[in-house]
Amino acid sequence: MSGLAALLRRDLRLAVRLGGGAPMGVLFFLIVVTLVPFALGPDLALLRRIGPAILWLGALLASLLALDRLFAADHEDGSLDLILMSSVSLELAVAAKALAHWITTGLPLVIAVPVLALFLGIEPWTMGAVALTLLVGTPALTFIGTVGAALAVTLRRGGLILAILVLPLTIPVLIFGVAAASSASVGPVPFGAPFTILCGLTLISLVIGPFAAAAALRHGLE
Amino acid sequence: MRLSASDLACVRSGREVFAGLGFSVAAGEALVVLGRNGAGKSSLLRMIAGLVRVAAGQLALDGGDPELTLPEQAHYVGHQDAIKPALTVQENLEFWAQYLAGPAPAETAPVAALEAFALSHLAGLPAAYLSAGQKRRLSLARIVAVKRPVWLLDEPTSALDARAQERLSQLMQAHLAGGGIILAATHAPIGLTGAKELRLGEPV
Repeated sequence: MSGLAALLRRDLRLAVRLGGGAPMGVLFFLIVVTLVPFALGPDLALLRRIGPAILWLGALLASLLALDRLFAADHEDGSLDLILMSSVSLELAVAAKALAHWITTGLPLVIAVPVLALFLGIEPWTMGAVALTLLVGTPALTFIGTVGAALAVTLRRGGLILAILVLPLTIPVLIFGVAAASSASVGPVPFGAPFTILCGLTLISLVIGPFAAAAALRHGLE
Repeated sequence: MRLSASDLACVRSGREVFAGLGFSVAAGEALVVLGRNGAGKSSLLRMIAGLVRVAAGQLALDGGDPELTLPEQAHYVGHQDAIKPALTVQENLEFWAQYLAGPAPAETAPVAALEAFALSHLAGLPAAYLSAGQKRRLSLARIVAVKRPVWLLDEPTSALDARAQERLSQLMQAHLAGGGIILAATHAPIGLTGAKELRLGEPV
C-alpha cells in the first residue's frame, strides 16, 4: 500500500507544481460554457432547458484535456519502465494515477459548476443535480479515459487519437448524466433511475478501466 | 542464486536483433555485455527487466525469492533517468525507494543513498537544475536505496566524472561481495575486475 500512496502523492504533487491541470481544465470549462450563450443567443428559457447538457459537455471535454499526459510523461522519462518492474500491481498503479488525475482535474470541475450554472440561468435545485451527477460521473470519464491514454502512450501526437478513442465510449455516461441532471427542471424521467444507472456505469468503469489500461500499457511497451 | 539464459532470441519490430544467446551468471559475478551499436545490448538488458518480450528461449533466476518475478528482483538503469524535474532530488529518490521497495522500506536508506553519490547537499533542489552527471548519480542512488539482487546497468558510467565512476565501482564491488549479480552494457571499462564478458554478434 505504501507504494500506491507514494505514487498518488507524487502525481498530486506533480500536478500542483506543474500547474496546467486544474486551472486549465476549469478555464476551458468556463470558456466552453461562456461560448454557448453567444452561439444560441440570449434566450434564457432555452439556456435554462439545455443548461445541464451544456455543463456536462463542457465537463466531458475539459476532463479529456490533460489526459494524454497521464502515461506519456512517465513513458518519456523512463518512469513507466520502473513502474512495470515494481511488485505493486500495474492495475492498482493505473488506478492510483487515475485517482490523482481525477482529484486534480475532475473535482475542480465539479466545484466550478455552481458559478457556471449562474451563467446559464439554471435554478439552484437543478444546479445541485448537475453538480451531484458530475461528482459521480467524472470519475467514469477519467477511468474510461485512462484506457485511451494507455493506448496512445507511445504515439507522438496522442491527444487527438485519445479524444477520438475515448469520446464514443463516454456516450452512455453522458446520456444518463444529462438525463439525471435535467430531470429536476424539464425531464419527464425522475432523478433516481438515470442517476442509479450513472452510478453503475461509474462503478463498472472503475473496475474495467484499470485492467484494460494496464493490458494496453503492457502490450504497447513491447 | 544464478541468472541463466539459453537460446535467447530478441525480435524488435520484425527484425531479429540476436538469437541463440546463452549465458549464466552466479551470485557474486558480473557480466559485461559488449558489442557494437545496434548489437542488442540494451535490448538484452530490457528483456531481462521484463520490458521486451522474450521471442524465444529461456530466461530464469534460480534461487531468488520464489514470490517475486525476475523483473521485481532486478534494478534497471537505462538511458532515461526516471527523474521528475518538478520534484526535488530527495522527493524523487524517496518516491522510487517507497515504490520499488514493497511493503516495508527502510527509513534511512534514501538518505544513505544520497550520501553515497555525494548528493546530500542538493537534496532540496528541484531535479530540473541537475546536470546530466548529477541526474545519473541520482538515478544510480535509487539502486542503492532499495535492495534488489540483480543490477541491470546500461552504460552506467556515461556522464559520470572520475570520482563518481570510482564510487560506482566501489558500490558494484560491494554489491557483488554481498552476493549480488550485475549485468552491465558498456563500451568503456567500468571498473569491474574479473567480470565475465558476453560479446553480442553483428546485427543482422
